[in-house]
Amino acid sequence: MSLIEVEGLAVHYGGIRAVKGIDLRVEEGEVVCLIGANGAGKTSSMRALAGLLPAAAGTIRYAGTDITALPVHLRARRGISMVPEGRGVFPRLTVAENLRMGAYFRTDSAGIAADLERVYGLFPRLRERRAQTGGTLSGGEQQMLAIARALMSRPRLLLLDEPSMGLAPLAVQTIFETIRLIAAQGMTLLLIEQNARLALESSSRGYVLEGGRIVHQDDSTALLASPKVRAAYLGA
Amino acid sequence: MDVLLQQLVNGLILGSLYALVALGYTMVYGILELINFAHGEIVMLGALVSVTVLGVLVAAGVPVPLALLLALAAAVLVCMATGVLVERIAYRPLRNAPRLAPLITAIGVSIVLQNLAMILWGRQYLSFPPVLAPQVYAWHGASVSNVQLLIVAVAALTMGTLLLLVQRTRLGRAMRATAQNREVAGLMGVDVNRVIAATFAVGSALAAVAGLLIASYYGIAHYNMGFLLGLKAFSAAVLGGIGNIPGALLGGLLLGVIESLGAGYIGDLTGGFLGSHYQDIFAFFILILVLIFRPSGLLGERVADRA
Ligand SMILES: Nc1ncnc2c1ncn2[C@@H]1O[C@H](COP(=O)(O)OP(=O)(O)OP(=O)(O)O)[C@@H](O)[C@H]1O
Ligand SMILES: [Mg+2]
Repeated sequence: MSLIEVEGLAVHYGGIRAVKGIDLRVEEGEVVCLIGANGAGKTSSMRALAGLLPAAAGTIRYAGTDITALPVHLRARRGISMVPEGRGVFPRLTVAENLRMGAYFRTDSAGIAADLERVYGLFPRLRERRAQTGGTLSGGEQQMLAIARALMSRPRLLLLDEPSMGLAPLAVQTIFETIRLIAAQGMTLLLIEQNARLALESSSRGYVLEGGRIVHQDDSTALLASPKVRAAYLGA
Repeated sequence: MDVLLQQLVNGLILGSLYALVALGYTMVYGILELINFAHGEIVMLGALVSVTVLGVLVAAGVPVPLALLLALAAAVLVCMATGVLVERIAYRPLRNAPRLAPLITAIGVSIVLQNLAMILWGRQYLSFPPVLAPQVYAWHGASVSNVQLLIVAVAALTMGTLLLLVQRTRLGRAMRATAQNREVAGLMGVDVNRVIAATFAVGSALAAVAGLLIASYYGIAHYNMGFLLGLKAFSAAVLGGIGNIPGALLGGLLLGVIESLGAGYIGDLTGGFLGSHYQDIFAFFILILVLIFRPSGLLGERVADRA
Protein backbone atom coordinates (compact mmCIF):
# COMPACT_ATOMS: atom_id res chain seq x y z
CA MET A 1 0.00 0.00 0.00
CA SER A 2 1.33 3.39 -0.94
CA LEU A 3 1.66 6.04 1.75
CA ILE A 4 -0.11 8.50 -0.51
CA GLU A 5 -2.02 7.73 -3.66
CA VAL A 6 -3.70 10.27 -5.89
CA GLU A 7 -6.21 9.40 -8.60
CA GLY A 8 -7.60 11.79 -11.19
CA LEU A 9 -6.71 14.87 -9.14
CA ALA A 10 -7.85 18.15 -10.69
CA VAL A 11 -7.25 21.64 -9.30
CA HIS A 12 -9.08 24.70 -10.58
CA TYR A 13 -8.76 28.41 -9.88
CA GLY A 14 -12.17 29.68 -10.91
CA GLY A 15 -12.21 28.96 -14.61
CA ILE A 16 -8.48 28.20 -14.81
CA ARG A 17 -7.77 24.48 -14.86
CA ALA A 18 -4.27 24.22 -13.40
CA VAL A 19 -4.18 20.44 -12.81
CA LYS A 20 -6.20 18.28 -15.15
CA GLY A 21 -6.50 14.87 -13.57
CA ILE A 22 -3.23 13.38 -12.43
CA ASP A 23 -2.42 9.98 -10.90
CA LEU A 24 0.50 9.83 -8.54
CA ARG A 25 1.72 7.74 -5.63
CA VAL A 26 4.54 7.73 -3.14
CA GLU A 27 5.56 4.58 -1.28
CA GLU A 28 6.65 4.61 2.34
CA GLY A 29 10.34 5.54 2.52
CA GLU A 30 10.52 6.65 -1.10
CA VAL A 31 11.83 9.92 -2.50
CA VAL A 32 9.79 11.06 -5.48
CA CYS A 33 10.21 14.23 -7.48
CA LEU A 34 7.79 16.30 -9.51
CA ILE A 35 9.41 18.34 -12.26
CA GLY A 36 8.08 20.57 -14.97
CA ALA A 37 8.24 24.04 -16.46
CA ASN A 38 6.89 27.18 -14.81
CA GLY A 39 3.13 27.01 -14.55
CA ALA A 40 2.99 23.25 -15.19
CA GLY A 41 0.88 22.78 -12.06
CA LYS A 42 3.46 21.40 -9.61
CA THR A 43 2.66 23.75 -6.73
CA SER A 44 -1.08 23.44 -7.32
CA SER A 45 -0.84 19.65 -7.10
CA MET A 46 1.20 19.74 -3.90
CA ARG A 47 -1.07 22.29 -2.24
CA ALA A 48 -4.02 20.02 -2.97
CA LEU A 49 -2.17 17.12 -1.30
CA ALA A 50 -1.53 19.23 1.80
CA GLY A 51 -5.12 20.47 1.91
CA LEU A 52 -4.42 24.11 1.07
CA LEU A 53 -6.48 23.85 -2.12
CA PRO A 54 -9.63 21.80 -2.69
CA ALA A 55 -9.59 18.99 -5.23
CA ALA A 56 -11.98 19.85 -8.05
CA ALA A 57 -12.01 16.17 -8.95
CA GLY A 58 -10.26 12.99 -7.97
CA THR A 59 -9.32 11.32 -4.70
CA ILE A 60 -6.37 11.48 -2.35
CA ARG A 61 -5.75 8.43 -0.20
CA TYR A 62 -3.21 8.64 2.58
CA ALA A 63 -2.14 5.76 4.82
CA GLY A 64 -5.17 3.81 3.70
CA THR A 65 -7.86 6.45 4.21
CA ASP A 66 -9.52 8.93 1.90
CA ILE A 67 -8.41 12.40 2.97
CA THR A 68 -9.72 14.31 -0.04
CA ALA A 69 -12.11 16.37 2.11
CA LEU A 70 -9.97 16.59 5.26
CA PRO A 71 -9.04 20.16 6.28
CA VAL A 72 -5.40 21.17 6.19
CA HIS A 73 -4.75 21.17 9.95
CA LEU A 74 -6.05 17.62 10.32
CA ARG A 75 -3.85 16.40 7.48
CA ALA A 76 -0.90 18.00 9.26
CA ARG A 77 -1.84 16.21 12.47
CA ARG A 78 -1.90 12.91 10.61
CA GLY A 79 1.67 13.40 9.47
CA ILE A 80 1.59 15.34 6.19
CA SER A 81 4.01 18.23 6.46
CA MET A 82 4.67 20.74 3.71
CA VAL A 83 7.40 23.30 3.21
CA PRO A 84 5.69 25.78 0.91
CA GLU A 85 7.16 27.61 -2.04
CA GLY A 86 8.80 30.73 -0.60
CA ARG A 87 9.34 28.98 2.75
CA GLY A 88 6.55 30.57 4.78
CA VAL A 89 8.69 31.35 7.81
CA PHE A 90 6.77 33.34 10.46
CA PRO A 91 8.68 36.62 10.15
CA ARG A 92 8.00 38.03 13.62
CA LEU A 93 8.37 34.81 15.57
CA THR A 94 11.84 33.87 16.72
CA VAL A 95 13.61 30.87 15.23
CA ALA A 96 12.84 28.92 18.41
CA GLU A 97 9.17 29.95 18.27
CA ASN A 98 8.95 28.97 14.61
CA LEU A 99 10.30 25.55 15.55
CA ARG A 100 7.82 25.23 18.41
CA MET A 101 5.02 26.00 15.96
CA GLY A 102 6.22 22.99 13.97
CA ALA A 103 5.47 20.83 17.01
CA TYR A 104 2.23 22.72 17.70
CA PHE A 105 -0.10 19.74 17.95
CA ARG A 106 2.34 17.43 19.74
CA THR A 107 2.02 16.86 23.46
CA ASP A 108 5.09 14.70 24.17
CA SER A 109 7.39 17.38 25.57
CA ALA A 110 10.34 14.98 25.95
CA GLY A 111 10.02 13.95 22.31
CA ILE A 112 9.74 17.60 21.22
CA ALA A 113 12.91 18.48 23.14
CA ALA A 114 14.75 15.56 21.53
CA ASP A 115 13.59 16.58 18.05
CA LEU A 116 14.65 20.16 18.72
CA GLU A 117 18.15 18.90 19.47
CA ARG A 118 18.02 16.82 16.32
CA VAL A 119 17.11 19.70 14.01
CA TYR A 120 19.66 21.97 15.70
CA GLY A 121 22.14 19.18 14.96
CA LEU A 122 21.08 19.12 11.31
CA PHE A 123 21.26 22.91 11.05
CA PRO A 124 23.75 24.28 13.63
CA ARG A 125 23.18 27.74 12.16
CA LEU A 126 19.64 27.71 13.52
CA ARG A 127 20.85 27.10 17.05
CA GLU A 128 23.06 30.20 16.81
CA ARG A 129 20.10 32.21 15.52
CA ARG A 130 17.43 30.79 17.78
CA ALA A 131 16.57 34.11 19.48
CA GLN A 132 16.45 36.03 16.19
CA THR A 133 13.14 36.61 14.38
CA GLY A 134 12.47 34.58 11.26
CA GLY A 135 12.21 37.66 9.05
CA THR A 136 15.80 38.67 9.77
CA LEU A 137 17.31 35.39 8.50
CA SER A 138 18.96 35.06 5.10
CA GLY A 139 17.16 33.14 2.37
CA GLY A 140 19.21 30.02 2.96
CA GLU A 141 18.69 30.19 6.71
CA GLN A 142 14.95 30.64 6.17
CA GLN A 143 14.89 27.53 4.05
CA MET A 144 16.74 25.62 6.77
CA LEU A 145 14.24 26.91 9.30
CA ALA A 146 11.28 25.93 7.14
CA ILE A 147 12.60 22.38 6.73
CA ALA A 148 13.55 22.09 10.39
CA ARG A 149 10.10 23.37 11.40
CA ALA A 150 8.43 20.80 9.16
CA LEU A 151 10.54 18.05 10.78
CA MET A 152 9.43 19.19 14.25
CA SER A 153 6.00 17.72 13.54
CA ARG A 154 7.62 14.27 13.05
CA PRO A 155 5.98 13.90 9.66
CA ARG A 156 5.32 10.64 7.86
CA LEU A 157 5.26 12.43 4.54
CA LEU A 158 7.33 15.52 3.83
CA LEU A 159 6.35 17.71 0.88
CA LEU A 160 9.01 20.16 -0.31
CA ASP A 161 8.12 22.83 -2.88
CA GLU A 162 11.26 24.17 -4.56
CA PRO A 163 13.68 24.21 -1.65
CA SER A 164 16.37 25.65 -3.92
CA MET A 165 14.35 28.68 -5.02
CA GLY A 166 16.28 31.91 -4.86
CA LEU A 167 19.31 30.42 -3.09
CA ALA A 168 22.99 30.80 -3.90
CA PRO A 169 24.68 27.61 -5.17
CA LEU A 170 26.42 26.96 -1.88
CA ALA A 171 23.16 27.23 0.06
CA VAL A 172 21.45 24.92 -2.45
CA GLN A 173 24.20 22.39 -1.84
CA THR A 174 23.78 22.56 1.95
CA ILE A 175 20.01 22.20 1.71
CA PHE A 176 20.19 19.23 -0.63
CA GLU A 177 22.83 17.48 1.47
CA THR A 178 20.40 17.70 4.37
CA ILE A 179 17.47 16.53 2.25
CA ARG A 180 19.49 13.46 1.21
CA LEU A 181 20.41 12.86 4.84
CA ILE A 182 16.77 13.05 5.92
CA ALA A 183 15.83 10.68 3.10
CA ALA A 184 18.59 8.26 4.08
CA GLN A 185 17.10 8.17 7.58
CA GLY A 186 13.90 6.79 6.05
CA MET A 187 11.68 9.86 5.51
CA THR A 188 9.11 9.66 2.72
CA LEU A 189 9.57 12.67 0.47
CA LEU A 190 7.81 14.34 -2.41
CA LEU A 191 10.02 17.00 -3.92
CA ILE A 192 9.25 19.75 -6.42
CA GLU A 193 12.17 21.36 -8.20
CA GLN A 194 12.80 23.76 -11.05
CA ASN A 195 16.30 22.36 -11.19
CA ALA A 196 15.37 19.03 -12.78
CA ARG A 197 18.85 17.54 -12.69
CA LEU A 198 19.18 18.16 -8.96
CA ALA A 199 15.71 16.77 -8.34
CA LEU A 200 16.31 13.60 -10.35
CA GLU A 201 19.71 13.07 -8.78
CA SER A 202 18.14 13.28 -5.31
CA SER A 203 15.17 10.98 -5.90
CA SER A 204 14.42 7.43 -6.89
CA ARG A 205 11.39 8.13 -9.08
CA GLY A 206 10.01 11.14 -10.88
CA TYR A 207 6.94 12.54 -12.58
CA VAL A 208 7.10 15.12 -15.33
CA LEU A 209 4.21 17.57 -15.38
CA GLU A 210 3.26 19.58 -18.44
CA GLY A 211 0.20 21.78 -18.75
CA GLY A 212 -1.46 20.18 -15.75
CA ARG A 213 -0.94 16.59 -16.95
CA ILE A 214 1.68 13.98 -16.19
CA VAL A 215 3.54 13.32 -19.42
CA HIS A 216 6.38 11.05 -18.20
CA GLN A 217 6.99 8.93 -15.15
CA ASP A 218 9.85 6.60 -14.48
CA ASP A 219 12.81 5.84 -12.27
CA SER A 220 14.87 8.97 -11.86
CA THR A 221 17.91 7.38 -13.52
CA ALA A 222 15.76 6.49 -16.54
CA LEU A 223 14.34 10.02 -16.70
CA LEU A 224 17.86 11.44 -16.49
CA ALA A 225 18.79 9.28 -19.49
CA SER A 226 15.62 9.89 -21.50
CA PRO A 227 16.29 11.99 -24.63
CA LYS A 228 12.91 13.74 -24.37
CA VAL A 229 13.42 14.73 -20.74
CA ARG A 230 17.02 15.72 -21.45
CA ALA A 231 15.95 17.95 -24.31
CA ALA A 232 13.07 19.61 -22.48
CA TYR A 233 14.31 19.90 -18.90
CA LEU A 234 18.01 19.22 -18.65
CA GLY A 235 19.18 21.50 -21.45
CA ALA A 236 20.98 18.68 -23.20
CA MET B 1 -4.18 72.66 42.24
CA ASP B 2 -1.61 71.72 39.66
CA VAL B 3 -3.57 71.58 36.43
CA LEU B 4 -0.86 69.92 34.37
CA LEU B 5 -0.28 67.07 36.82
CA GLN B 6 -3.98 66.63 37.38
CA GLN B 7 -4.70 66.41 33.68
CA LEU B 8 -1.83 63.93 33.24
CA VAL B 9 -3.25 61.72 35.98
CA ASN B 10 -6.75 61.94 34.49
CA GLY B 11 -5.35 61.24 31.06
CA LEU B 12 -3.52 58.11 32.16
CA ILE B 13 -6.65 56.74 33.82
CA LEU B 14 -8.80 57.44 30.79
CA GLY B 15 -5.99 56.19 28.55
CA SER B 16 -5.79 52.85 30.30
CA LEU B 17 -9.46 52.38 29.43
CA TYR B 18 -8.92 53.33 25.80
CA ALA B 19 -5.99 50.93 25.69
CA LEU B 20 -8.13 48.02 26.89
CA VAL B 21 -10.61 48.66 24.11
CA ALA B 22 -7.94 49.40 21.52
CA LEU B 23 -6.40 45.98 22.17
CA GLY B 24 -9.57 44.32 20.93
CA TYR B 25 -9.46 46.28 17.67
CA THR B 26 -5.81 45.60 17.14
CA MET B 27 -5.96 41.86 17.86
CA VAL B 28 -8.79 41.29 15.41
CA TYR B 29 -7.12 43.49 12.82
CA GLY B 30 -3.84 41.66 13.30
CA ILE B 31 -5.37 38.31 12.56
CA LEU B 32 -8.05 39.14 9.96
CA GLU B 33 -7.13 42.61 8.67
CA LEU B 34 -10.69 43.48 9.60
CA ILE B 35 -11.73 46.64 11.38
CA ASN B 36 -14.31 45.22 13.73
CA PHE B 37 -16.52 48.27 14.05
CA ALA B 38 -18.83 46.32 16.33
CA HIS B 39 -16.19 46.16 19.05
CA GLY B 40 -17.37 49.40 20.69
CA GLU B 41 -20.80 47.82 20.99
CA ILE B 42 -19.29 44.85 22.81
CA VAL B 43 -17.90 47.31 25.37
CA MET B 44 -21.36 48.85 25.65
CA LEU B 45 -22.85 45.40 26.30
CA GLY B 46 -20.23 44.78 28.96
CA ALA B 47 -21.15 48.04 30.65
CA LEU B 48 -24.90 47.44 30.56
CA VAL B 49 -24.67 43.83 31.71
CA SER B 50 -22.32 44.61 34.56
CA VAL B 51 -24.33 47.61 35.76
CA THR B 52 -27.54 45.57 35.66
CA VAL B 53 -26.12 42.51 37.41
CA LEU B 54 -24.33 44.63 39.98
CA GLY B 55 -27.54 46.54 40.74
CA VAL B 56 -29.55 43.35 41.23
CA LEU B 57 -26.91 41.69 43.40
CA VAL B 58 -26.28 44.70 45.59
CA ALA B 59 -30.02 45.17 46.09
CA ALA B 60 -30.22 41.51 47.10
CA GLY B 61 -27.61 42.12 49.77
CA VAL B 62 -24.67 40.35 48.17
CA PRO B 63 -21.38 41.73 49.57
CA VAL B 64 -19.88 44.35 47.27
CA PRO B 65 -16.60 42.63 46.31
CA LEU B 66 -18.45 39.44 45.42
CA ALA B 67 -21.12 41.37 43.55
CA LEU B 68 -18.45 43.18 41.55
CA LEU B 69 -16.73 39.93 40.65
CA LEU B 70 -20.00 38.28 39.62
CA ALA B 71 -21.01 41.32 37.56
CA LEU B 72 -17.64 41.18 35.83
CA ALA B 73 -17.99 37.46 35.20
CA ALA B 74 -21.46 37.96 33.72
CA ALA B 75 -20.22 40.75 31.46
CA VAL B 76 -17.24 38.67 30.33
CA LEU B 77 -19.48 35.71 29.50
CA VAL B 78 -22.04 37.77 27.58
CA CYS B 79 -19.37 39.70 25.67
CA MET B 80 -17.33 36.63 24.78
CA ALA B 81 -20.42 34.81 23.56
CA THR B 82 -21.52 37.81 21.51
CA GLY B 83 -18.07 38.37 20.02
CA VAL B 84 -17.66 34.73 19.03
CA LEU B 85 -21.18 34.58 17.63
CA VAL B 86 -20.67 37.73 15.57
CA GLU B 87 -17.46 36.29 14.10
CA ARG B 88 -19.15 32.99 13.32
CA ILE B 89 -22.29 34.28 11.64
CA ALA B 90 -21.28 37.67 10.25
CA TYR B 91 -17.55 37.61 9.46
CA ARG B 92 -16.53 34.02 8.79
CA PRO B 93 -18.76 33.58 5.72
CA LEU B 94 -17.06 36.67 4.28
CA ARG B 95 -13.51 35.57 5.09
CA ASN B 96 -12.51 35.44 1.43
CA ALA B 97 -14.79 38.19 0.16
CA PRO B 98 -13.45 41.58 -1.00
CA ARG B 99 -12.45 43.61 2.04
CA LEU B 100 -15.27 46.10 1.77
CA ALA B 101 -17.89 43.41 2.44
CA PRO B 102 -16.82 42.48 6.00
CA LEU B 103 -16.23 46.15 6.78
CA ILE B 104 -19.78 47.10 5.87
CA THR B 105 -21.02 44.01 7.69
CA ALA B 106 -19.17 45.17 10.80
CA ILE B 107 -20.98 48.50 10.66
CA GLY B 108 -24.24 46.59 10.24
CA VAL B 109 -23.46 44.39 13.25
CA SER B 110 -22.73 47.49 15.27
CA ILE B 111 -26.14 48.95 14.45
CA VAL B 112 -27.89 45.66 15.21
CA LEU B 113 -26.20 45.37 18.62
CA GLN B 114 -27.02 48.96 19.47
CA ASN B 115 -30.67 48.47 18.64
CA LEU B 116 -30.79 45.21 20.51
CA ALA B 117 -29.40 46.94 23.58
CA MET B 118 -31.92 49.75 23.19
CA ILE B 119 -34.78 47.23 23.10
CA LEU B 120 -33.44 45.33 26.13
CA TRP B 121 -32.37 48.25 28.32
CA GLY B 122 -34.31 51.19 26.92
CA ARG B 123 -33.03 54.65 26.08
CA GLN B 124 -32.41 55.86 29.60
CA TYR B 125 -29.03 56.18 31.24
CA LEU B 126 -28.36 53.47 33.80
CA SER B 127 -26.34 54.66 36.71
CA PHE B 128 -23.53 52.63 38.17
CA PRO B 129 -24.54 51.57 41.71
CA PRO B 130 -22.58 53.62 44.28
CA VAL B 131 -20.88 50.57 45.74
CA LEU B 132 -17.59 52.12 46.79
CA ALA B 133 -17.53 54.99 49.26
CA PRO B 134 -15.57 57.59 47.32
CA GLN B 135 -12.34 58.60 48.90
CA VAL B 136 -9.99 61.15 47.39
CA TYR B 137 -6.25 61.23 47.88
CA ALA B 138 -4.17 64.32 47.24
CA TRP B 139 -0.79 63.86 45.64
CA HIS B 140 1.51 66.79 44.77
CA GLY B 141 -1.47 69.03 44.21
CA ALA B 142 -3.31 66.54 42.06
CA SER B 143 -6.15 64.41 43.36
CA VAL B 144 -7.06 60.87 42.58
CA SER B 145 -9.89 58.74 43.98
CA ASN B 146 -9.90 55.17 45.22
CA VAL B 147 -12.24 54.23 42.36
CA GLN B 148 -9.81 55.66 39.83
CA LEU B 149 -6.92 53.77 41.38
CA LEU B 150 -8.93 50.57 41.27
CA ILE B 151 -9.76 51.19 37.61
CA VAL B 152 -6.11 51.63 36.70
CA ALA B 153 -5.10 48.56 38.71
CA VAL B 154 -7.70 46.34 37.08
CA ALA B 155 -6.88 47.66 33.60
CA ALA B 156 -3.15 47.10 34.15
CA LEU B 157 -3.70 43.61 35.52
CA THR B 158 -5.92 42.70 32.57
CA MET B 159 -3.44 44.00 30.03
CA GLY B 160 -0.56 42.23 31.78
CA THR B 161 -2.50 38.98 31.61
CA LEU B 162 -3.16 39.53 27.93
CA LEU B 163 0.51 40.12 27.20
CA LEU B 164 1.43 36.91 29.02
CA LEU B 165 -1.22 35.03 27.08
CA VAL B 166 -0.01 36.31 23.72
CA GLN B 167 3.72 36.04 24.40
CA ARG B 168 4.01 32.97 26.57
CA THR B 169 1.24 30.47 25.85
CA ARG B 170 0.63 27.97 23.09
CA LEU B 171 -2.61 29.73 22.14
CA GLY B 172 -0.79 33.05 22.01
CA ARG B 173 1.88 31.63 19.75
CA ALA B 174 -0.81 30.18 17.50
CA MET B 175 -2.52 33.58 17.41
CA ARG B 176 0.68 35.32 16.37
CA ALA B 177 1.49 32.64 13.82
CA THR B 178 -2.00 32.81 12.34
CA ALA B 179 -1.77 36.60 12.14
CA GLN B 180 1.56 36.37 10.32
CA ASN B 181 0.70 33.59 7.88
CA ARG B 182 -2.68 31.92 8.12
CA GLU B 183 -1.95 29.25 5.51
CA VAL B 184 1.28 28.14 7.08
CA ALA B 185 -0.34 28.11 10.51
CA GLY B 186 -2.79 25.59 9.05
CA LEU B 187 0.14 23.54 7.77
CA MET B 188 1.46 23.46 11.34
CA GLY B 189 -1.78 21.80 12.46
CA VAL B 190 -3.38 24.96 13.83
CA ASP B 191 -7.16 24.98 13.55
CA VAL B 192 -7.24 28.51 12.20
CA ASN B 193 -10.99 28.93 12.69
CA ARG B 194 -10.68 28.12 16.37
CA VAL B 195 -7.76 30.48 16.83
CA ILE B 196 -9.70 33.29 15.16
CA ALA B 197 -12.71 32.53 17.37
CA ALA B 198 -10.41 32.57 20.39
CA THR B 199 -9.07 35.96 19.33
CA PHE B 200 -12.60 37.36 19.25
CA ALA B 201 -13.29 35.75 22.62
CA VAL B 202 -10.20 37.29 24.22
CA GLY B 203 -10.80 40.72 22.66
CA SER B 204 -14.40 40.61 23.85
CA ALA B 205 -13.34 39.65 27.37
CA LEU B 206 -11.12 42.74 27.43
CA ALA B 207 -14.09 44.74 26.18
CA ALA B 208 -16.21 43.39 29.04
CA VAL B 209 -13.63 44.48 31.61
CA ALA B 210 -13.43 47.85 29.88
CA GLY B 211 -17.22 48.14 29.89
CA LEU B 212 -17.45 47.68 33.62
CA LEU B 213 -14.56 50.05 34.29
CA ILE B 214 -15.87 52.72 31.95
CA ALA B 215 -19.33 52.52 33.52
CA SER B 216 -17.79 53.00 36.94
CA TYR B 217 -15.52 55.79 35.66
CA TYR B 218 -18.36 57.86 34.21
CA GLY B 219 -20.94 56.51 36.65
CA ILE B 220 -23.36 55.69 33.83
CA ALA B 221 -24.02 53.23 31.03
CA HIS B 222 -26.15 53.74 27.97
CA TYR B 223 -27.03 51.80 24.80
CA ASN B 224 -25.36 54.47 22.71
CA MET B 225 -22.05 54.69 24.60
CA GLY B 226 -20.16 52.27 22.34
CA PHE B 227 -20.06 54.45 19.26
CA LEU B 228 -17.80 57.36 20.16
CA LEU B 229 -15.85 55.19 22.55
CA GLY B 230 -15.23 52.62 19.84
CA LEU B 231 -14.18 55.32 17.42
CA LYS B 232 -11.69 56.73 19.91
CA ALA B 233 -10.27 53.36 20.86
CA PHE B 234 -9.95 52.49 17.20
CA SER B 235 -8.11 55.79 16.71
CA ALA B 236 -5.84 54.85 19.60
CA ALA B 237 -5.09 51.52 17.94
CA VAL B 238 -4.29 53.27 14.66
CA LEU B 239 -2.20 55.86 16.50
CA GLY B 240 -0.06 53.10 18.01
CA GLY B 241 0.05 51.08 14.79
CA ILE B 242 -2.94 48.86 14.14
CA GLY B 243 -2.24 45.16 14.54
CA ASN B 244 0.52 45.90 17.04
CA ILE B 245 -0.26 45.04 20.68
CA PRO B 246 2.24 47.33 22.45
CA GLY B 247 1.08 49.97 19.96
CA ALA B 248 -2.50 49.69 21.24
CA LEU B 249 -1.27 50.22 24.81
CA LEU B 250 0.80 53.22 23.85
CA GLY B 251 -1.88 54.65 21.58
CA GLY B 252 -4.54 54.30 24.26
CA LEU B 253 -2.47 55.99 26.96
CA LEU B 254 -1.37 58.77 24.61
CA LEU B 255 -4.88 59.44 23.43
CA GLY B 256 -6.11 59.63 27.02
CA VAL B 257 -3.38 62.10 27.96
CA ILE B 258 -3.82 64.20 24.82
CA GLU B 259 -7.51 64.38 25.37
CA SER B 260 -7.16 65.36 29.03
CA LEU B 261 -4.54 67.98 28.33
CA GLY B 262 -6.67 69.24 25.50
CA ALA B 263 -9.68 69.52 27.76
CA GLY B 264 -7.60 71.31 30.38
CA TYR B 265 -6.01 73.85 28.07
CA ILE B 266 -8.27 74.22 25.06
CA GLY B 267 -9.98 77.24 26.64
CA ASP B 268 -6.67 79.03 27.19
CA LEU B 269 -5.32 78.03 23.79
CA THR B 270 -8.30 79.43 21.93
CA GLY B 271 -8.84 82.46 24.15
CA GLY B 272 -12.04 80.94 25.48
CA PHE B 273 -13.44 80.40 22.01
CA LEU B 274 -13.62 76.63 22.49
CA GLY B 275 -14.61 75.04 25.80
CA SER B 276 -13.46 71.75 27.30
CA HIS B 277 -16.36 69.91 25.69
CA TYR B 278 -14.40 70.25 22.45
CA GLN B 279 -11.87 67.73 23.79
CA ASP B 280 -13.03 65.11 21.30
CA ILE B 281 -11.72 67.05 18.34
CA PHE B 282 -8.23 66.83 19.86
CA ALA B 283 -8.15 63.08 19.63
CA PHE B 284 -9.04 63.06 15.98
CA PHE B 285 -6.86 66.04 15.14
CA ILE B 286 -3.81 64.26 16.59
CA LEU B 287 -4.79 61.08 14.81
CA ILE B 288 -4.85 62.87 11.46
CA LEU B 289 -1.49 64.49 12.16
CA VAL B 290 0.15 61.18 13.05
CA LEU B 291 -1.29 59.47 10.03
CA ILE B 292 0.04 62.18 7.75
CA PHE B 293 3.58 61.78 9.06
CA ARG B 294 3.54 58.11 10.06
CA PRO B 295 0.83 56.32 8.09
CA SER B 296 1.55 53.01 9.82
CA GLY B 297 1.20 54.50 13.33
CA LEU B 298 3.80 55.03 16.02
CA LEU B 299 4.90 51.42 16.48
CA GLY B 300 3.46 49.97 13.29
CA GLU B 301 5.69 48.32 10.78
CA ARG B 302 5.80 49.46 7.23
CA VAL B 303 3.02 47.67 5.40
CA ALA B 304 5.54 45.98 3.13
CA ASP B 305 6.94 44.12 6.14
CA ARG B 306 3.70 42.33 6.73
CA ALA B 307 3.98 38.70 5.65
N1 LIG C 1 -4.02 31.70 -7.27
C1 LIG C 1 -4.11 31.44 -8.58
N2 LIG C 1 -5.09 31.97 -9.32
C2 LIG C 1 -5.19 31.71 -10.64
N3 LIG C 1 -4.35 30.93 -11.31
C3 LIG C 1 -3.34 30.38 -10.64
C4 LIG C 1 -3.17 30.60 -9.24
N4 LIG C 1 -2.07 29.92 -8.84
C5 LIG C 1 -1.59 29.30 -9.95
N5 LIG C 1 -2.35 29.57 -11.03
C6 LIG C 1 -2.15 29.08 -12.38
O1 LIG C 1 -2.14 27.67 -12.34
C7 LIG C 1 -1.13 27.16 -13.19
C8 LIG C 1 -0.21 26.25 -12.40
O2 LIG C 1 0.48 27.02 -11.43
P1 LIG C 1 1.45 26.37 -10.37
O3 LIG C 1 1.83 27.41 -9.41
O4 LIG C 1 0.84 25.13 -9.86
O5 LIG C 1 2.68 26.00 -11.30
P2 LIG C 1 4.12 25.49 -10.92
O6 LIG C 1 4.35 24.28 -11.75
O7 LIG C 1 4.29 25.35 -9.48
O8 LIG C 1 5.03 26.66 -11.47
P3 LIG C 1 6.40 27.28 -10.90
O9 LIG C 1 7.48 26.37 -11.33
O10 LIG C 1 6.50 28.60 -11.59
O11 LIG C 1 6.29 27.39 -9.44
C9 LIG C 1 -0.43 28.37 -13.80
O12 LIG C 1 -0.96 28.58 -15.08
C10 LIG C 1 -0.80 29.49 -12.88
O13 LIG C 1 -0.87 30.70 -13.59
MG1 LIG D 1 5.51 26.29 -8.07
